[in-house]
Amino acid sequence: MVAEKESESESETPLIPRARPKPRPIVQLGIFLISHSLLFSKHRLVSFCSVVFSTAGVLALLLLPVLAKNTYISENALMPGSVAPMLSNQEVAEANRLVKDLTSLNSKPLASAIGSQRLISQYMSNLGAEVSHHKFHPQLNQFHPLHFFSSPDSGRVEQNISCALHGVNTVGIIRAPRGDGKEAIVLVTPFNSVKLNQNEALSLAIAYSVFSLLTRVPWLAKDVIWLVADSQFGEYSGVAAWLRDYHTPVFSGLGTLDAEMCPESNNIYGLNENLSTKRTIYDGFKRAGTMAAALVIKVADRSEQYEDSLSIYAEASNGQMPNLDLINIVNYLAVHRQGLRVKVEKFWPLLGLKWLKTLGEIFESLGHLARSVNPQWKFGIPAADYIEGSATLASSLYYQALGVPTGPHGAFRDYQVDAITLEIFPKVSSLDNKVRKNDFLLRSGRLIEGVIRSVNNLLEKFHQSFFLYLLTSPGKFVSVGVYMIAFALLVAPLPMVAASLYVDASNSDYSLKIDKPAPFANASDEPCITLKSWKWLFAAKKVFFVHLWGSVVSLLPYFICQIPSCTPTTSFIIWVFLSILSLVVMYIVLASPSSHANESQPQRGEWAILKSVTLSAAFIGLCLMSVINFASAEIGGLLMVPMCLMAHPLKLDVKARSIRTVSRVVYNLVLGFIGFPPIAFIVLKGAFEGFSGVNVGDFWSWVESLWAWNSATYLYIGMVYLPCWVLCIHILFHRC
Amino acid sequence: MALPLLLLRPILLLSFLLFAPIINFKAALGSVTEEDFSEELLLRPLPDRKVLAHFHFRSRAPHTSSNGRHHHLFPKAISQLVQKFHVKEMELSFTQGRWNYDRWGGFDPISSNNAKPPGVELWAVFDVPLEHVDDSWKNLTHALSGLFCASVNFLESSTTYSAPEWGYRPAPGSLRYGTLPREAVCTENLTPWLKLLPCRDKAGLSALMDRPSIYKGFYHSQRLRLTSSEFESEEGGSGIVLQQTLTVVVQPDSERNVMSYSHETKLQPSWSLTSIFGRMVTGRCVLAKSSTVYLQLDRGLVGQLDYLQKENELSNADKSVYEGFSSNPGFELSVKPDRVLKELNGFEKKTPSVVYEFYIEKYSESRPFDLGLTWKLPVVWSCQKAPLHASRFLMGSGNERGAIAISLRSTEVSDELLHTDMSEGRCKLEVKVFQVVPWYIKVYFHTVRVYVNEQPQEVSDVVEKMRVSPSVDKVSPGVMEMVLKFPCGMKSAAITLEFDKGFLHIDEYPPDANQGFDIPAAIICFPNFHTSMQFFTDKSVDRSSILSKFQENNAVLAYTEVLLVPLTTPDFSMPYNVITITCTVCALYFGSLLNVLRKRVGEEERSAKSKATKETGRLRQLLSRVSAKLRGRPFELPQPPSNSSSFISSKLILFILVAGIAVFWQVYFG
Repeated sequence: MVAEKESESESETPLIPRARPKPRPIVQLGIFLISHSLLFSKHRLVSFCSVVFSTAGVLALLLLPVLAKNTYISENALMPGSVAPMLSNQEVAEANRLVKDLTSLNSKPLASAIGSQRLISQYMSNLGAEVSHHKFHPQLNQFHPLHFFSSPDSGRVEQNISCALHGVNTVGIIRAPRGDGKEAIVLVTPFNSVKLNQNEALSLAIAYSVFSLLTRVPWLAKDVIWLVADSQFGEYSGVAAWLRDYHTPVFSGLGTLDAEMCPESNNIYGLNENLSTKRTIYDGFKRAGTMAAALVIKVADRSEQYEDSLSIYAEASNGQMPNLDLINIVNYLAVHRQGLRVKVEKFWPLLGLKWLKTLGEIFESLGHLARSVNPQWKFGIPAADYIEGSATLASSLYYQALGVPTGPHGAFRDYQVDAITLEIFPKVSSLDNKVRKNDFLLRSGRLIEGVIRSVNNLLEKFHQSFFLYLLTSPGKFVSVGVYMIAFALLVAPLPMVAASLYVDASNSDYSLKIDKPAPFANASDEPCITLKSWKWLFAAKKVFFVHLWGSVVSLLPYFICQIPSCTPTTSFIIWVFLSILSLVVMYIVLASPSSHANESQPQRGEWAILKSVTLSAAFIGLCLMSVINFASAEIGGLLMVPMCLMAHPLKLDVKARSIRTVSRVVYNLVLGFIGFPPIAFIVLKGAFEGFSGVNVGDFWSWVESLWAWNSATYLYIGMVYLPCWVLCIHILFHRC
Repeated sequence: MALPLLLLRPILLLSFLLFAPIINFKAALGSVTEEDFSEELLLRPLPDRKVLAHFHFRSRAPHTSSNGRHHHLFPKAISQLVQKFHVKEMELSFTQGRWNYDRWGGFDPISSNNAKPPGVELWAVFDVPLEHVDDSWKNLTHALSGLFCASVNFLESSTTYSAPEWGYRPAPGSLRYGTLPREAVCTENLTPWLKLLPCRDKAGLSALMDRPSIYKGFYHSQRLRLTSSEFESEEGGSGIVLQQTLTVVVQPDSERNVMSYSHETKLQPSWSLTSIFGRMVTGRCVLAKSSTVYLQLDRGLVGQLDYLQKENELSNADKSVYEGFSSNPGFELSVKPDRVLKELNGFEKKTPSVVYEFYIEKYSESRPFDLGLTWKLPVVWSCQKAPLHASRFLMGSGNERGAIAISLRSTEVSDELLHTDMSEGRCKLEVKVFQVVPWYIKVYFHTVRVYVNEQPQEVSDVVEKMRVSPSVDKVSPGVMEMVLKFPCGMKSAAITLEFDKGFLHIDEYPPDANQGFDIPAAIICFPNFHTSMQFFTDKSVDRSSILSKFQENNAVLAYTEVLLVPLTTPDFSMPYNVITITCTVCALYFGSLLNVLRKRVGEEERSAKSKATKETGRLRQLLSRVSAKLRGRPFELPQPPSNSSSFISSKLILFILVAGIAVFWQVYFG
């Protein structure tokens, strides 16, 4: 961009004195730029622009809660809450009986996991649903270096699975009476059959009451699947295993192998005989069409102080979100029909921040000002709302950036199914009182019923509303068109500065050569010029090798986690050590010849060229990441852009000894220190949670969780962020 | 004109009175040379507390050569259809809901013949030269579309129908088969169907068809089956036979307390015609030759009742289920059956199915027929299932590729049946698969994989015969016909086929493109197994069309699920965006070009000079304009705008309009 403008200015400059009577706007803009670039130096202009752009980017990010729009139900077919709920006390009473049976079963000393599964399946089949059991082995979290973007695989690791390690999901399917069975709605309740919790039993009760209603309603057009997911290996793994078998079943061999290996695990199928209905429970895998939406229902074990409330979790892997309409209908029905308070996850430490409060007040007063100028301008929100909004936005950004799903719904998103987790918090006293408990079950059941009815109305799959958004409250969102502006402003300086540095460096070399050709006299002229014009290639080579090293570093954990019995701290230390070792090895083997050649004749412009290439690489990396996972690109950009832009050799700054350069040195050192990923992690963690329990091993565990969930953020940190940081440090300590 | 007609009327009446006895006499003869009509209703309790009601109407018309072109019972529209398009055989079905093969059975004639895939299914065999079959089909679809108020005409497009060679029915060349899985079925399709009946729904059994109760059911399939021998040799032909069936599965209304959940013993809901349909039969359709209601008890149910009987034998006299109805321990009928028929099965050890017959002729307005069945004991039984339970599903996720899998699981029925065969030697279970896949699902037929008992098998070992006609983009669907032979002791089998999802042109997407696209149901046929039910009867079988249908030796047939494949859908507002941006760019370019061309340098300079004098005034004007804009009020211009600029702008608008149209043309028709 800048380079183009520069070239344009070159050609236009002689035209100015000719005094055109009416220059056109584009020309005017060009003239403006040129005049200003004559006023300042060219370099100053660029640095001024970059500072303006980056601050505008940060400011735009801070403005997002103000710019958030109210959500609205975009798909007209959903029609949430247009009919009175049909769920009555009768279903709730039935559900209560299920809970009672489950708890009495569980209180017995020899109650087995099979017993409660059996009870649930019996209740299901009494309703007339098709019941099947799905046996699965939990997948161990293993590092698959090449599985980051591939679809979930069917190939399973089957080598050393002990028979004890298997879970059983119970699946009940209601076939829609007049439906064509092409689509299905999924209800999921995580349930640990080994150890029954009161809250899990309650979530089962909610799902059961809705399920029993749905067996009798005439309006059902899509099949309903109720998955009681075995959560003894975590809530996610049961759901993920079921989905994997639903979408990519394996036909060959494994089933019989399991049956031979684990005879005792098959006795769950033996329970069919004692059912009075003799409706055989199918031991195969039952299916029902393409999934339209999925709801995960949980009842939280902590209670809410004042009223029943509902928490929505929506983030799936790699920052993917379900369609906003799904959140909208839940929010609408919960707030306007069932009177539940809806919450979205907030980043609590932000709520107490002073500067955020002041900022909110400033925005509020700006809003007042704007309204006094023109009453039609709806700008600005109350400061309290602003703080809440930014806390929600921060958590929304954080969880998207992390790329780790926030609940079992994440498994559905991998198969393009819109899903959310609803965690319902009962009021403190409501669980002891029977009437209150029934009321709680009734309200939550009616909410689920309403959502299912809305999704059932849906003719097409969710597509009308947004998929790319950030929530600032359950009823407010920032769409991609708005939040991309902040990111674009933030990264815009990178190519500008890169281009100007490159042009500067080549120009200075040129002038250098013209002024004093002495240093180059010993070398022949011809190769020297070629060396000059291709000089950026050395820098590019260096940058490339550092990025290569970055990918090696990100592969190292695969080998480290093979080492048995390693604490996180030791693993982390091994990782750091190996990384440094590999960097040194790479430096010796690959980078030495070129650096050697440069060392003999250190050039002034070399760091500038290197910085320019680094900036370009960072820009490309950030832009790619923003496509894959916007939030991690945004957060990474916030850290990376100032660090990369300000990188300047310390030697030069120390030599100059002006206030500006000294401040730059301090700034660079601080940024360079904080920019190191583990330190950045620890600083952020410490800032929000207190430094008391911070340990370097935490970073290892954090990174481990990232790669276990196939988060692209891990790749970003390893292959974009870390190399850029190393290059910046390299520039800081450049000998010139 | 009115006067002569009035005068004529008595004469007409007289002549009618004179000839009526002759007509009646002819009808009484009941020969094949006469048109006749019979109505029948079959009721059958289903194991999952539901009741199957199967209406069967048969109209027969003798050969045209013997009877001429005029009909008094047979619907004229149908005979014209046959005459015009030379239809040899045709079946059209409108279905809502799915037949539950597990619970409602898959081995009897009703499930094999009347269980249809959701939506519309049409197949026809034509008696025309092979090159005219397609034309006849297309015309027929349009005619049927008009006749039944349905979008059957969508089957006209060559991408929707196929010509199976042997996979569906052995009629090479002249058979066409097509389905519309998404067709909604409602009363608007039933009314024209009823119009073909001589009594419509005003009298006879069809008067039971109370719309809310038949559409409230779990399965609703209305079918029209036509066989004609019009174009064969005169002697052999029996004319046109039109069979109209309506199969509904309804749940009798029962009180909630009966359906209580934790009951150890569940009594089946008792029902009667009034509780199911809300109506009674008040007599037969006078035009019908016979009007009969049947109540069929499954083999499994009869076996269970026999078992109960044996338990009660100590106290009761030994009366078998099929001998008396009042003494039956399991249930009680409100009307005494006129006849009890027992299935003939010499070779099987199974209990025979039982049919109670009721003649409607006896009943009238004053003495309506209201059959009721009251259960006395809880009975649990299961219907006879098809040898293999077939289900089909999609594998994979994403918008790029996937796989279709057909999984077959053996049911206990096949085990029993096949073990008898096993003794005879090496036995094979034969399965015929017929599958039509739309062209945008690009199936790779070389990726067929077959697994038997969870072990991958060589395709050539299992597949006996296979005919594939690959799809041609936007021209024809892919058709796969397959005969597979599995070993008899097989527990499960799976067939997978991989496919790529294609891209459609933007105007080929239906209005609800985001729902996904349907793959019609596949047909699984078991040629080794036949659904024949022979009943102990005298000559009355040819009187009853249902029972003669039961006797036909048809292979067991099952339909799999319809599948829904989500395809990539474009952003449908994209063309609009493209048009907008292109127009903007064009406008900017041509606007500045015009501006440059139009302006003269001398004049420019003069105006610049004059403007320089009132520079301050302009600045103020600009300021006031900005402030007005901020306040949201319209800005009043101090001077009226010049004429020339408005002329130019109108020219510009015209130009933009033309450019826009050109771009639009380019996008849509280019």
